[in-house]
Amino acid sequence: MAEAQVKPRTLPYVAAITDGVRAVLREQDNAFVVGEDVAGAGGVYGYYKGILKEFGPDRIYDTPISEEGIVGLGVGASATGCRPIIDLMFMDFMGECMDEISNQMAKMRYMFGGRVTLPVTMLTMAGAGASLAAQHSQSLEAWICHLPGLKVVMPTTPYDAKGLIISAARDNNPVIVVLNKMSLGMMGEVPEESYAIPIGEANIVRPGANYTIVAIGRMVHEALKAAEQLKDLGIDAEVIDPRSLQPFDTATVVKSVEKTHRALVVHEAVRFGGIGAEIASQIQELAFDYLDAPVARVGAPFSPVPFSPALEAHYVPNADRIVAEVKKQLGI
Amino acid sequence: MQVSCTTCEGAMSNKPTLHIPHPPARPGDKPDFSYVALSDPGAVDRPEVNTSVRAMAYLSEELIRVMDDDGNAVGPWHPHLDERDLQIGLRHMLLTRLFDAYMVRMQRQGKISFYMQSLGEEAISVAQSMALRPTDMLFPSYRCQGLQVARGRSLVDLMCQCLSNTNDMCKGRQMPVMYHWARGKIFSVTGNLTVQFPQAVGWAMAAAIKGEDNIAVAWIGDGSTAEADFHHALTFAAVYQAPVMLNVVNNQWAISTFQGFAGGERRSFASRGPGYGIASLRVDGNDFLAVHAVTEWAAERARRGHGPCLIEHVTYRAGAHSTSDDPSRYRPRDEYASWPLGDPITRMKQFMQKSGCWSDDQHEKLTAELTQHISESWQDAESYGTMTTGPFLDRSELFEDVYRDMPAHLIEQRDELRRLIGED
Ligand SMILES: Cc1ncc(C[n+]2csc(CCOP(=O)(O)OP(=O)(O)O)c2C)c(N)n1
Ligand SMILES: [Mg+2]
Repeated sequence: MAEAQVKPRTLPYVAAITDGVRAVLREQDNAFVVGEDVAGAGGVYGYYKGILKEFGPDRIYDTPISEEGIVGLGVGASATGCRPIIDLMFMDFMGECMDEISNQMAKMRYMFGGRVTLPVTMLTMAGAGASLAAQHSQSLEAWICHLPGLKVVMPTTPYDAKGLIISAARDNNPVIVVLNKMSLGMMGEVPEESYAIPIGEANIVRPGANYTIVAIGRMVHEALKAAEQLKDLGIDAEVIDPRSLQPFDTATVVKSVEKTHRALVVHEAVRFGGIGAEIASQIQELAFDYLDAPVARVGAPFSPVPFSPALEAHYVPNADRIVAEVKKQLGI
Repeated sequence: MQVSCTTCEGAMSNKPTLHIPHPPARPGDKPDFSYVALSDPGAVDRPEVNTSVRAMAYLSEELIRVMDDDGNAVGPWHPHLDERDLQIGLRHMLLTRLFDAYMVRMQRQGKISFYMQSLGEEAISVAQSMALRPTDMLFPSYRCQGLQVARGRSLVDLMCQCLSNTNDMCKGRQMPVMYHWARGKIFSVTGNLTVQFPQAVGWAMAAAIKGEDNIAVAWIGDGSTAEADFHHALTFAAVYQAPVMLNVVNNQWAISTFQGFAGGERRSFASRGPGYGIASLRVDGNDFLAVHAVTEWAAERARRGHGPCLIEHVTYRAGAHSTSDDPSRYRPRDEYASWPLGDPITRMKQFMQKSGCWSDDQHEKLTAELTQHISESWQDAESYGTMTTGPFLDRSELFEDVYRDMPAHLIEQRDELRRLIGED
C-alpha cells in the first residue's frame, strides 16, 4: 500500500460545482443556497444533488419562480451578513432581475457610503450549443462586466469551477459565477480539499512563443484545438484563460503579447460590443509598440442564437473559425 | 437559522420561523390531495356577467363544477352544448392527447430533441378555444397545444416546428412547441415565463382603443404567477378595465416544486384577483363543460365592457414537465390515479355516453382515425426535412429577421459565413 501513488480524483464539471457548493456550506455557517428547483430536485442540471440531504432544509431553499425575488433575497440577506448563494437557472433570465443586479446589488455598497457589505454569490448558466434557442443560450457576460461593484468569473474546467465558487463565496463583494452548460460532462482533476482560485488571475493554459489567444469561457477548449491546428502554420500559440473577467488580469495578457506580437480574442458571445472589444482595446493601448498585426476578434454574429442544430453549428464560434481568423489576420 | 417544515404556523415558539412548503407526498408516499378545496358539482351559483367584483368575490374560492362523478351535468353553469359541439370537443381533446403521445415517442426515438405535453390538461385549451370567437387573440403558454388543435391548425405545421425543418414557422429559431399562428390568432409561445400576461393586456387595450369587440386571452401556470409580470398584468388590466381574460392553469406542479411554492397553500390563485379589483373564478379544469361555461361568461363580461377576468383552472400535470424531466425524483409515480378531479377525456366520454351521444364503438373508431391521421401527418412533415436528413434550412436564416430589413453589417456577416463554409 505504502508505495501506491494516490491517483488524483477526477470529476465532471457538474460534480465539481456540487463539490464547490458543499465546501462553501461546510466552511461558512451562514451560507445557504436559494433558487428554482434547487432543493427537492437538486437543480435542473443536477449540481445541487445531495445538498439537501447532507445539509438539511435550512441550508438550501426552493423558491417561487421569481428571479427578481431571488436576487432581491440575496441582496437583503447578504446585507445582514449572511452569505447566500443565489441560483439563476439560465443567464438569459437576468432580463427578469436586472434592476436588482445592476441598480441594487452592484452599487448598493457605494451608494450607502460603504456602510453595507454584500457577500452574495450568484451561480448562473450560460452558453449555446445545446439547441435551446435564443432565450436559454446566451452569453451575456458583457452586461455584467460593465457594472462597477460586481465581480464576474467564468470557470472553464472542473478544477476552476470548484475553486472559483469557493473564492466567490469567500469574497466580500457580489460575485457572479458564469457556468457553461456544454461543459457539464467535462472531466478533470478536482482535489478533495477546499481550495481557492484568486479572482482576477488569468491562467496560461498553453504556453506558446509567437501568438496569443485570449479565450473566454468554453472557447478555451476550442482555442486549444485551434492551437494544435496552427502548429502546421508555424504558429506556436499561447492560450490564456482569464477565468475572471471583472477584475480582468490585463498584466498577464499584455506580457504575453509583448512576447508573441500577435493576438486574437475569442468568445461565444455576440462579437459586437462583447468583452473581446474591451480586451482588444486594452492590448492596443498597452502593447501597441509590440504588435505586428491588429488584434483579431472572434465571436458570434449579430443575431440571436438559433434553435436549429444545423444553424447553431454555424453560429457558435469553434476551432476552425479561430484558425480562419488567424489566417485572415496574418494574410496566409 | 430556524426552519419549520410543518404546516402549523408559528407553533409554540415566540420567535419567527420560516415555513418551507412541503408537498403532501414525496416519491414512495401515498398520494394525498386532501389539500384541494372542492365544491360539490352544480353547487356554485352563476351571477349576472355585470356583477361587481366585490359581490362575486366568493367565486374565487369555490370550485365551479358541472359534471358529477356519475357523468351527469348539473347546476347553473351547465352550458347545454349541442351534441355536435360535444363531439367536436371530445375529438379535439383526443387528438391533442394522441398527438402529444406521438411526439413524446418521436423525442424518445431521437427524432426531435425536446417536447412538452399537456396530458391531463386538454379540456382547458379545447373548451376555452371553443367558447371564444375565432377573432379573439390567444396568448398561450407552452402547454396549450389544444388551442392550435381546436382552431384547426394542421398537425404537419406543428410537427415541422418541432422538427425545425424547412417548413418550420419559426425558421429554426425557436424550441419545439413554441408555436405561433398569425392567421389563427395565436401569439408566439416564449421561453421566458409569464411575459405573455402583460402582452395580452396590451393587445386587449389596443383592441379597445381601435373600437373592436375582440378580447385577448392568456394562459400561464401556477408557478408562473410568482413572476412580477403577473402583478403587472393584473394591475394594468384592472386600472384600464381592459377586455382581457387571464388564465392560471394550476396543474399542482412547476417542474419539481408543488403549487405551495407559488403561494397556493393558504388562498387559491383565483383569490388574488379581487385584491386587484378583478372578477375571478375558480373552475374544475378537468370538466370540459365547466371550463366552457366559465369562459363564455368571462368573455361576455369583457366584451360587454365590464372588465377583465382572472380564471384559475384546477387540474393536474399528468406527465413530466418536459422530456428533460423525471418526475419520479420528486412526486409519487401514481399520483395522477388519485387526482380527485379525474381525467378530462374519461369524464367527457362518460358524460356523453350517459347522454346518449357517444359509444365505445365510436370512440374506438375515432381513436383509430386520429392515430392514422397523426402518423400520416408525420410522414408529410418529414418530407420537409428531419434533424439528420435534408432538406436543411438555408444558413442565411441566421441573419434574416433580426431587423425588418437586413442592415449592411449583417449582409456582410452573412456573406462572410457563406465564404467561410464554401457556399460561394
Ligand atoms: C423567467 C423564467 N424563469 C424560469 C424558467 C424555467 N422554467 C420553465 S417552465 C418552469 C415551471 C413553470 O411552472 P408552471 O408555471 O406551473 O407551468 P407548468 O409547467 O406547470 O405548465 C420553469 C421554472 C423560465 N423558462 N423562465
Ligand atoms: Mg404548473
